[in-house]
Amino acid sequence: MTLRLANAENRLFNRLMQIPAPSSPLLRAPVCGVAPPALRGGERACGGGVVVAPVSVAVPLVALFRSSVVRLSSFCLQSSSVAVMALLKSSKIIPAIGSYGPVLGVLPLRASSWWSEVQMGPPDPILGVTEAFRRDTNPKKMNLGVGAYRDDQGKPYVLNCVRKAEAQIAAKKMDKEYLPIGGLGDFTKACAQLALGPDNEVLKSGRSVTVQTISGTGSLRVGANFLARFHNAARDVYLPKPSWGNHTPIFRDAGMQLKAYAYYDPKTCGFDFNGALDDISKIPEKSVILLHACAHNPTGVDPRPEQWKEMASVIKKRNLLVFFDMAYQGFASGDIDRDAWAVRHFIEQGHNVVLSQSFAKNMGLYGERVGGFTVVCKDTEEAKRVESQLKILIRPMYSNPPMNGARIASTILATPELYKEWLVEVKSMADRIIKMREMLVSNLKKEGSTHNWQHVTDQIGMFCFTGLKPEQVECLINEYSVYMTKDGRISMAGVTSGNVAYLAHAIHAATK
Amino acid sequence: MSLFREVPLAAPVAVFKLTADFREDPAPNKVNLGVGAYRTDEGKPWVLPVVKKVEKMIAEDNSLNHEYLPILGLPEFRSSASKIALGEDSPAILEKRVGAVQCLGGTGALKIGAEFLRRWYNGNDNTKTPIYVSAPTWENHNAVFANAGFEDIRPYKYWDAQKRGLDLSGFLGDLESAPEYSIFVLHACAHNPTGTDPSHDEWKQIAEVMKVRFSLFAFFDSAYQGFASGNLEKDAWAVRFFVSQGFEILCAQSFSKNFGLYNERVGNLTVVAKDEDNVNRVLSQMEKIVRITWSNPPSQGARLVAITLTTPELFNEWKDNVKTMADRVLLMRAELKARLLSLGTPGTWEHITQQIGMFSFTGLNPKQVEYLVKEKHIYLMASGRINMCGLTTKNIDYVAESIHEAVTRVQ
Repeated sequence: MTLRLANAENRLFNRLMQIPAPSSPLLRAPVCGVAPPALRGGERACGGGVVVAPVSVAVPLVALFRSSVVRLSSFCLQSSSVAVMALLKSSKIIPAIGSYGPVLGVLPLRASSWWSEVQMGPPDPILGVTEAFRRDTNPKKMNLGVGAYRDDQGKPYVLNCVRKAEAQIAAKKMDKEYLPIGGLGDFTKACAQLALGPDNEVLKSGRSVTVQTISGTGSLRVGANFLARFHNAARDVYLPKPSWGNHTPIFRDAGMQLKAYAYYDPKTCGFDFNGALDDISKIPEKSVILLHACAHNPTGVDPRPEQWKEMASVIKKRNLLVFFDMAYQGFASGDIDRDAWAVRHFIEQGHNVVLSQSFAKNMGLYGERVGGFTVVCKDTEEAKRVESQLKILIRPMYSNPPMNGARIASTILATPELYKEWLVEVKSMADRIIKMREMLVSNLKKEGSTHNWQHVTDQIGMFCFTGLKPEQVECLINEYSVYMTKDGRISMAGVTSGNVAYLAHAIHAATK
Repeated sequence: MSLFREVPLAAPVAVFKLTADFREDPAPNKVNLGVGAYRTDEGKPWVLPVVKKVEKMIAEDNSLNHEYLPILGLPEFRSSASKIALGEDSPAILEKRVGAVQCLGGTGALKIGAEFLRRWYNGNDNTKTPIYVSAPTWENHNAVFANAGFEDIRPYKYWDAQKRGLDLSGFLGDLESAPEYSIFVLHACAHNPTGTDPSHDEWKQIAEVMKVRFSLFAFFDSAYQGFASGNLEKDAWAVRFFVSQGFEILCAQSFSKNFGLYNERVGNLTVVAKDEDNVNRVLSQMEKIVRITWSNPPSQGARLVAITLTTPELFNEWKDNVKTMADRVLLMRAELKARLLSLGTPGTWEHITQQIGMFSFTGLNPKQVEYLVKEKHIYLMASGRINMCGLTTKNIDYVAESIHEAVTRVQ
């Protein structure tokens, strides 16, 4: 390229053309060739900047502001690209070349994307199951992946009490004004009452705060952020082994560190009570321990009441902060008080717990995103302070929560006939699951399976940890089009009286 | 001893405190010019007629259930919402280089965009990357980006208090001197809180500087499309211009105001990239962020908007409803200015009608604001920002006279 420039402008142009000084933090990658895979700072892949045309005659110039530097490569120079024109500010136009008006409409801004280094994210393991299921053309296929309830025809089920509540709400013709940051007051009150019981001393004394959240995930996220910001005594969150897959990234992204305590015993497909107690007794003081209130996800294995009592006692001794995740109240046993027993027992024993609740499953309000986050505090004054800080966390996330689902939930919880109807419907969902468990076991026996399948009926809630090994899971997916997650977890909600025999047949074939 | 004994009491969010104070005020002539929600001439919230219609349709459709939406949201919502921002025949859409994520309102869209940028914009750790927000800006912008991990949030010159208009040379100067790879949060239209938008020519100058300084990033916040001028295309001009100039952008869209769906949290994060492959990778990473924030977005509002935007008669009805709102605001602006002029209120009041959208930066100083709140029971933000929607034919005389008093009695 042949250009004659005045001295000052020469320096400017050279900055353009040169490989920059290695000390510059922005410029550590080679000018030419393939960019290194893990870029930091200002490194851009080759060609990510400005390209100068090698035309000999009217060479458009790149005039830059003080700090911008561009790296060019032989690749770039050889390409027949366009150039960026001089700046508007005439003081920066290089007179030696002559003045060129801006030709902005014609020029591509940058040769490559800002996002060229963004990697393709791995597919979500659970939702990936559903996608594979959808692509399968086998008429006998079964989706035992995602945890959404299905009726005995395998269809999504909208609860009658939900439809009635919706009709009631529609008739009221309410406005769509923003909810408070902490959510619909009627909902948060009813949500806490459902979990703790209406006569709970905590509620009577007003020493807790409940905020409406974006279902269970949103609740866990707000809780995790709250702990990360205010629980300075410890960074560690102890999850049961295994736990819901999304727990780990939620807490980690919030800035907490993840550890585990023994929970599931693969030998018995049951609760490793002694292992759990042993691990818990060694957890450093003030760490956070996460407990699944009922219907453990993914195993379906819950501690018995006597076991919960011992755990509460050890946890008390260790002075741990208890985080309950209750996503299945009512859905596990069919009885909302029974399913909340552990939460209530811990509170009775003096644990000031934090609690996440979801209404996705027990009210079938999955897509409406209804949930709550509760912090049990020392007194009302502390509850006020905590509430104010929860709002400070929520506001920059999504400002305030969605109305629709919360209104439906609070209408159901606050209207006696609807509440009664809801309890019946929740029980019927839980009962159908329990029946499917029983049918699966009896069908397996019929198939001639000699394995012990007692865990299928011992376990509770939507999920069953079958004990199937990865190869057996593969076999079920590939040869029988029975889809489940690799850990052998099946969603019992996907089982119907119409397909349970087929499922038993497939499992037997894979395990005999 | 409680683990939370050290948790301090946080100050309430100012705009909500204002409304709370307003509610408690027993004065019969009180006026709320605070929080940004549309009000009718009776001072009431307005559920758009088209929204009522579509809600009924949804309620009567028994084939609809409450199942989870995909993580990125309802597909028909995402695509129709992006079309609204970019134009149905946008070349970027035709070239398949537009993607979108359904989010919880405009705030949620900003949140996901901010979290994505922090992880992926310039290397994998953008905590030190400067974020520029206008001076002044919506008060939540700072918190959204700070909570996403950005440590360096700075103002760019915007509002010129002297001339009560845009400080263009200051703005351009900040663009020129910003460190490389700085991210600029631009208000697509109806700037909040000033109501002062760059003209087309001014936007062209802004774009020019950003183009030459190719390492700056444009993150648009579009919360008032249609609501500002009454015309969707007009209000999207800046966003579409940037796209036509080849910029890759993020655009956070809110349907809270233009659909009146405030509490259903309907938002969309539109991504415009160089090509389809980049869009796909970006969306895949945004999906991961969504999964650990709220898993998947709420269904009701998205359905409503999608049905409305994709059904021609409903779409026309919606545009009409939006124009109704915008026109009432424009009328109140004209009426307020006329009254101030006829009262002979000192100062210039051209900005009342030059500004656009829901808000007006009156230029009143904190003492004058305090006078209005305490003595006249007229509630507005300490910055002098008023929500034009709070004005009605019934209270406008009172408000104009009160402003006159404040300006003449309080310095």
